[in-house]
Amino acid sequence: MSVATAPTPASALSILDRLRTPRTLIALVLLMWVPLSSYVFFGRHLGAAQDLVLLPAIPAVLLLYIIAFRAWSESPIAVIGLTLVFFWLLMAVTAPYLPLIDPNRPIAPFQMPGSTVDGQTFWLGTDMRGRDVLARAIWGCQRVIVWGVTATLCAYVVGTAFGLVAGYLSGWWDEIISFFANVLLSFPVMVLFILVLNYLGQSGVNIVIAVTFASAPAIMRIVRGLTLDIKTRDYIYAAQTRGEHPTYIMLIELLPNVRGPLIVDACLRLGYTTVAITTLTFLGLGLQPPDPDWGLMIREASASALLWQFSYMLIVPALSVSSLILGFNLMADGLREMSLRD
Amino acid sequence: MSEATPVLECRDLSISYFTRAGEIPAVVDFNLKLMPGEAHGIVGESGCGKSTVALAIMQYLGQNGRIVGGELLFEGRDMRTMSEDELRQIRGSAIAMVYQEPMASLNPSMKIGDQLAEVPVYHEGASPDAARQRALEMLDSVRLPDPKRILDAYPHQISGGQQQRVVIAMALLSNPKLLLLDEPTTALDVTVEAGIVELINEISRNFGTSMIYISHNLGLILETCHRITVMYSGEAVEVGDIETVFNNMRHPYTRGLFSSIPLPGADKNEHPLVAIRGQLPLPHERPNGCYFWPRCDFYEAGRCDEGAIRMRETGVGSDHFVRCVRFEEIDWEAAKPKADERPPVEAGDVVLRVEDMKKHYEIEESALFIAGGETKTVKANEDLNFVAREAETVAIVGESGCGKSTFAKVLMGLEETTAGGVFLGNLDLGNIPVQKRDAATIGKLQMVFQNPFDTLNPSHTVGGQIARVIKKFGVETDKAKIEERVHKLLDIVKLPRDFAKRRPRQLSGGQKQRVGIARAFAGNPALVIADEPVSALDVSVQAAVTELLMDIQRDHRTTLLFISHDLSVVRYLADRIVVMYLGQIMEQGTTEEIFAPPYHPYTEALLSAVPIADTHIEKRKVLISGELPSATNPPQGCPFCTRCPYVIEGLCETEKPPIQTFSDGHAIACHLEREQLERMEPVIKVADGSARPETETVPA
Repeated sequence: MSVATAPTPASALSILDRLRTPRTLIALVLLMWVPLSSYVFFGRHLGAAQDLVLLPAIPAVLLLYIIAFRAWSESPIAVIGLTLVFFWLLMAVTAPYLPLIDPNRPIAPFQMPGSTVDGQTFWLGTDMRGRDVLARAIWGCQRVIVWGVTATLCAYVVGTAFGLVAGYLSGWWDEIISFFANVLLSFPVMVLFILVLNYLGQSGVNIVIAVTFASAPAIMRIVRGLTLDIKTRDYIYAAQTRGEHPTYIMLIELLPNVRGPLIVDACLRLGYTTVAITTLTFLGLGLQPPDPDWGLMIREASASALLWQFSYMLIVPALSVSSLILGFNLMADGLREMSLRD
Repeated sequence: MSEATPVLECRDLSISYFTRAGEIPAVVDFNLKLMPGEAHGIVGESGCGKSTVALAIMQYLGQNGRIVGGELLFEGRDMRTMSEDELRQIRGSAIAMVYQEPMASLNPSMKIGDQLAEVPVYHEGASPDAARQRALEMLDSVRLPDPKRILDAYPHQISGGQQQRVVIAMALLSNPKLLLLDEPTTALDVTVEAGIVELINEISRNFGTSMIYISHNLGLILETCHRITVMYSGEAVEVGDIETVFNNMRHPYTRGLFSSIPLPGADKNEHPLVAIRGQLPLPHERPNGCYFWPRCDFYEAGRCDEGAIRMRETGVGSDHFVRCVRFEEIDWEAAKPKADERPPVEAGDVVLRVEDMKKHYEIEESALFIAGGETKTVKANEDLNFVAREAETVAIVGESGCGKSTFAKVLMGLEETTAGGVFLGNLDLGNIPVQKRDAATIGKLQMVFQNPFDTLNPSHTVGGQIARVIKKFGVETDKAKIEERVHKLLDIVKLPRDFAKRRPRQLSGGQKQRVGIARAFAGNPALVIADEPVSALDVSVQAAVTELLMDIQRDHRTTLLFISHDLSVVRYLADRIVVMYLGQIMEQGTTEEIFAPPYHPYTEALLSAVPIADTHIEKRKVLISGELPSATNPPQGCPFCTRCPYVIEGLCETEKPPIQTFSDGHAIACHLEREQLERMEPVIKVADGSARPETETVPA
């Protein structure tokens, strides 16, 4: 977004700035993402490796945060968003190594925040089954983040592919794709979710499919619009007049130029997806107990913690979700602000 | 003569923009005195601060712009001390502005009549009916046909030229003392532009309005203004009467500007264009001393690059000031550009043959909900016939909608012909879309595009984009050899080799266009189509890019199809010219034949419309009225009959004009008698009376 255009003398480049090449950034993201997602997807199947797999992700998250912080330091809004999001990312990758109480072990039910039982302090109290709320809140972010990002990514791949085809090839392709997109968009999102999950069954993969069905049409619309604009540019004519295949034009010539607005939209959509997944879990349609999950925590608490004094059981996961979504939204705002400035 | 109060006076005006990067001086030490009824031209390239001056006069600099020094007096009162309310009263009533893009100046959701009536209602408290009456009269006085209809029309329902007339009418409605025109005709076609220029001159005669005319086109300034300010990088470098500045310019930059535009005396063989080397400095990278010295031929170390340089009176002509320390010492006569020694290129065999080529589009008239209905045929190209030879430059001249871009698309294989043939060698390309052509054929036919900011993909490096072409056409396959060829191509277009690693946004417009040229020549093409390759560039860069294109063409013996609307550029570089109007060829012949009588009436009008920045040239005024007819509904007979001053009633509207040949290759499609065509007077005359300048007559 804000790569320096003016040549800077090599000596002035710090190590961090030198790390800001697309290649190292992708490597860092993978280093963070692959362990985290495999930990969440395969969990117990990893066996002995389970304890070690998240270790390389910790420095990757920290480095990414510092790099992004420096790059976006001009926009305070983006920095606040970034900090919120990376806080939860850090919690997700460090959860196994933090001195936390086992989130699934019932100890003493309905303990108030700050109370101590058998020498264990429950800083945020325990829930109705006696599990530590703090540990559950921290562990809970793993599933939300991993499934949220996976679902958004999936929606983007599908939406972008159809958007490029509809926008660039237009004609019948556009008619058919736009028709289906309009049909999908005309369903209320929740109805769509319930339909998909009831038909396919409740699992993480099916949540991804449901989110893709709900988000891809809107993404396709955005990409289609951008493509319609960009395809009239001379460099697209230049590619056409040297006989390039449409696939090459779409992937190499068009795709990199639609990414700007898409990145902003992706940040916002990550927020929506997080809401959607939490809502689904709350409705009992999503991920299943007993593993901690924010949506699940809210659901359980709303059923059993009816007294005002136990509202902390609701407030902690609710605030966690809100802060993550706020982080994504602020990042989107900051990015948009920065892209408008230059 | 008594001293009248100047309408506007700028004294040592300095304007800065405040950005994150700090203070950026946009205009420095600017002086201007505008007397009542006077028209003052400000000329300069993009980024020289001419629009900033206009915005400052409107006191409309935006949040981050501020006048940091000097005085700005409007009728003797300093505008900087006026309150926001006073300024609002002045804007739009005492000072009015006309912008470049007419569509952006009009509110698309309001009827024109209502927008115009707002002016008297707001500024004078006129009643709505009276205001509407005034609007009607004003539309009539800016020569709009059927003003009643236009009053009830929305802006999108009238053409660009008409829109600009409406904007001018709106500016004049409040009887302004000062009219600011910021490139008012840049977005318009040449023949439409000529009409607007005529209107502006009429306004200044009839209404006595003082005007500031901002333009990059010296020819337009010559036709409209009394005095001129030449600006360079935020400074006025030369101020004086039009005559003085045009004939006795005393600043090297002014001279550079004049020698980089093609004047009637310039010929690609006898009198080549001389480009100003280098490029405009960015505002925060301006050099010390004279801002122009890094590009100046008369630079002297120690004098030009130190201290602030003040404007000084030259003594040539009245009130002629120049910002140069060396103007007295420079021998202005001796330092004329030298003629090109190289022999003219001989044209070879026919490379491209276009025979009875037709391209029609079928469009369906569809309402919002009901599809179907009538189909209409748009005849984008109708019976095109011409040839282009090896190493020859053929120019296709015409205004927007004349079908030149459609023709380029057919040639490049993006569209297919409806009838007739387009032969490259012996191969008929007309019905072979680009996907079905083999790499060698595609490589033989390449294109240089118009918009430098669009021609390169912003996401890929310059080198990568050229390499892709080399790989695609199979010129080289080895990775090292491809890189070598990329470097060689960058050498040819005179760009440093390390540009291969840069991204397009790090390049200036001219540099991008050079890369575009390198890309077009990567596959050793036999024919290159250049679609207005320089029209979006700054004047001083235009010459360099034009020269470059000509040089490469000469070295590679490439055929160049040069599409343009600018007859002066075309005259400079073309061997033969094809004049098109609404999809049909009106006239074709060698450059000499086109520029000398007999003319097609359209060619005559086009020649007369092109502004020429030379006081020694006399142009015969041939004004054509009206606008281009819609391509969906062209006249039955001759397409030009709706605007032609010689139209023969009952014949031109109904019958297609016969093609009359005057010499081998010179053909005119017109109904007029042969004798009448031959009797035509030349449009462009040099003041001493000879029909055309055979030798150089460029003023010193």
